[in-house]
Amino acid sequence: MADPVANIERHTIAVLVDNEPGVLARVIGLFSGRGYNIESLTVAEVDRVNSLSRITVVTSGTPMIIVQIKAQLSRLVPVHKVHDLSDEGPFVEREMALIKVAGRGEARIESLRLADIFRARVVDATTESFVFEMTGASDKLNAFIALMDPLGLVEVSRTGTVAIARGPGRF
Amino acid sequence: MSAEPICGADIVIKALVDQGVDVVFGYPGGAVLPIYDSLFKQNALRHILVRQEGGAVHAAEGYARSTGKVGVVLVTSGPGATNAVTGLTDALMDSVPIVCLTGQVPTHLIGNDAFQEADTTGITRPCTKHNYLVKDVADLARIMHEAFYVARSGRPGPVVVDLPKDILFALGRYTGPETGRHKSYRPQTQADPARIDEAVALIAAAKRPLFYGGGGLINSGPEACARFTELVRLVDAPCTLTLMGLGALPASDPHFLGMVGMHGMYESNMAMHGCDLLIAVGSRFDDRVTGRLNAFSPTSKKIHIDIDPSSLNKNVRIDVPLLGDCGEVLGALLSAWRKEPRPEASPGGRSHAAGGAARNAWWRQIDAWRARDCLRYDRGRSDLIKPQYALERLYALTRERDPYITTEVGQHQMWAAQFFRFDKPYHWMTSGGLGTMGYGLPAAMGVQIAHPDALVIDVAGEASILMNIQEMSTIAQYRLPVKVFILNNQYMGMVRQWQELLHGGRYSESYTAALPDFVKLADAFGAVGRQVSRPDELDEAIREMIDTPSAFILDVAVDQTENCFPMIPSGAAHNEMLLGPEDKAESPVSEEGMVLV
Repeated sequence: MADPVANIERHTIAVLVDNEPGVLARVIGLFSGRGYNIESLTVAEVDRVNSLSRITVVTSGTPMIIVQIKAQLSRLVPVHKVHDLSDEGPFVEREMALIKVAGRGEARIESLRLADIFRARVVDATTESFVFEMTGASDKLNAFIALMDPLGLVEVSRTGTVAIARGPGRF
Repeated sequence: MSAEPICGADIVIKALVDQGVDVVFGYPGGAVLPIYDSLFKQNALRHILVRQEGGAVHAAEGYARSTGKVGVVLVTSGPGATNAVTGLTDALMDSVPIVCLTGQVPTHLIGNDAFQEADTTGITRPCTKHNYLVKDVADLARIMHEAFYVARSGRPGPVVVDLPKDILFALGRYTGPETGRHKSYRPQTQADPARIDEAVALIAAAKRPLFYGGGGLINSGPEACARFTELVRLVDAPCTLTLMGLGALPASDPHFLGMVGMHGMYESNMAMHGCDLLIAVGSRFDDRVTGRLNAFSPTSKKIHIDIDPSSLNKNVRIDVPLLGDCGEVLGALLSAWRKEPRPEASPGGRSHAAGGAARNAWWRQIDAWRARDCLRYDRGRSDLIKPQYALERLYALTRERDPYITTEVGQHQMWAAQFFRFDKPYHWMTSGGLGTMGYGLPAAMGVQIAHPDALVIDVAGEASILMNIQEMSTIAQYRLPVKVFILNNQYMGMVRQWQELLHGGRYSESYTAALPDFVKLADAFGAVGRQVSRPDELDEAIREMIDTPSAFILDVAVDQTENCFPMIPSGAAHNEMLLGPEDKAESPVSEEGMVLV
């Protein structure tokens, strides 16, 4: 509205939905149709018995937009619960990436050394390449990927963020 | 649960009957032939054959809005479904409960680019409240009932059920409406009691309160409207209504200021600008209502009752949001209000005792605004019918008959909203949110089906009426006595008005050069037509129209250059209204205003 750039906040929102056809399209369509940002979105079934999926979406906007996003999500018919993890106390956020680096000689050794420092695991190796698996906060993944760039970074595959509240409480 | 398995098409019909449906608006085609076959074999359901699927949805909307029931539509796959999209979007914007059954190609052909295949659930996902593709006949009965539950619960809206043809032939077991309560969808209907007390305290303390009711009141039902009226009278505060809310408070009530918004009354908009407490009930702070947001009602605290959480705090910051059904929340407000002894307001009148001196000053201010007589217009020429005059006369000559009014979209729609005064809900059907030209005629058809003996008038423009004119054929088939009152200025009037005010009078493509002869057109469709162009013939023509037992088109040639006032120019605030052509010179349309719709 008035000052669109000011007080943009980043929020991680967890959404529990019926695992039914089209539910992901409904959520994504809501974001694109109303002009909201999606920085990351992940989805998978988490409760097979009740057929529920959990969507973790990282979005950004002014506080008023964030409130709107949550209200719009919660009025979708197959949505059971919407939790703004960023607002509801401490939470853990993790992402996984598979990172392929090709090279020989010193660059190859250096990539392996850095992988060790960052606690990335080697999940595939040839004489001229590695595939590293790395789990952590998105920032840590970004830092590692930036370091690999000059060392022969070939491609990256990332899962997007998953998140959960700390402590004994349940969703 | 019925013991014998029956075919999917029979399950559909049985579910409709058990949901209390008596009328279905539809158009057959290959994919829905099994349902038409089942329809043929029963008598509980009446099918109204429209001439285009878009007409079916608007007819169902008219039926739903004039009865409070769910409107039902039946169309075929592909083009049948895509033709329904405008009506579905219209119903979504105006929160009209609709269940639309669409045919689909057999499940094994889905995704195969089969004949008359369209991705109906994909296309309608953003223009429905919810939609379903039935892939197993075992789910069919539950989904049918669930569709009705979703359409009418919470904020009502359109629901599509996409029915592949093989599912309609397949045998399955029927289950009753009790199976259709969605497993998790439970809109909150009761507001937080602490918030109710907060709201009552604000209302009691307000010096310049204003009620602002909307279509949510109508959706909540006559009981909610009665409670709203009661609260307005108890608090003795002025009240304005949105385009969609007309009829929620009797227009004859002295607390009523008239419609609010872009073409609303001067007193309503000035009151909204000047109030210190705004009590919004089932209204959504739409851009047509608020004008420029950063100048909207700058000195007021705001209470907002709405059943849709996403309506609260969407455009305007709310001090006391009350999430719940209008009727329920108003009931709670009324009982909380009565707990304390309050000064009596005289029943039905304005004693102004409630609120004391400050309230009296507020009413005096409102009376001063009212005295501006914002609907006045130039009656100078006696040889031309002014569109406002035409509607004044239509209202005066029909009000005794308690008419149902539908409209198309444009100037005539705004004039109808200004000059008709509705004392009851369910009598005013117009396309507010989407602004769909072509809505009025099929909607009037749906209203007439629901109220066969009532006077139903479509107030139309000559451009809008041509958008769904084919429905005259449906009107003929069912001998519906729908009256069409065309304000014919040969222009798309609202487009012309904006071109005059914003685009230097360059009337690009807004003139219709080859209009039909509406009298002959009426005749061709088995209706009666009449053309009138002189003010002194108007009353007699209107009387002929309402006394004619059949459908009637009255083509009223009106002043081509008349503009609709008052008007808040786009991008302007409520206190920057234009009251008439004389205000035009200093038209405060800003550059930001130009780019707004």
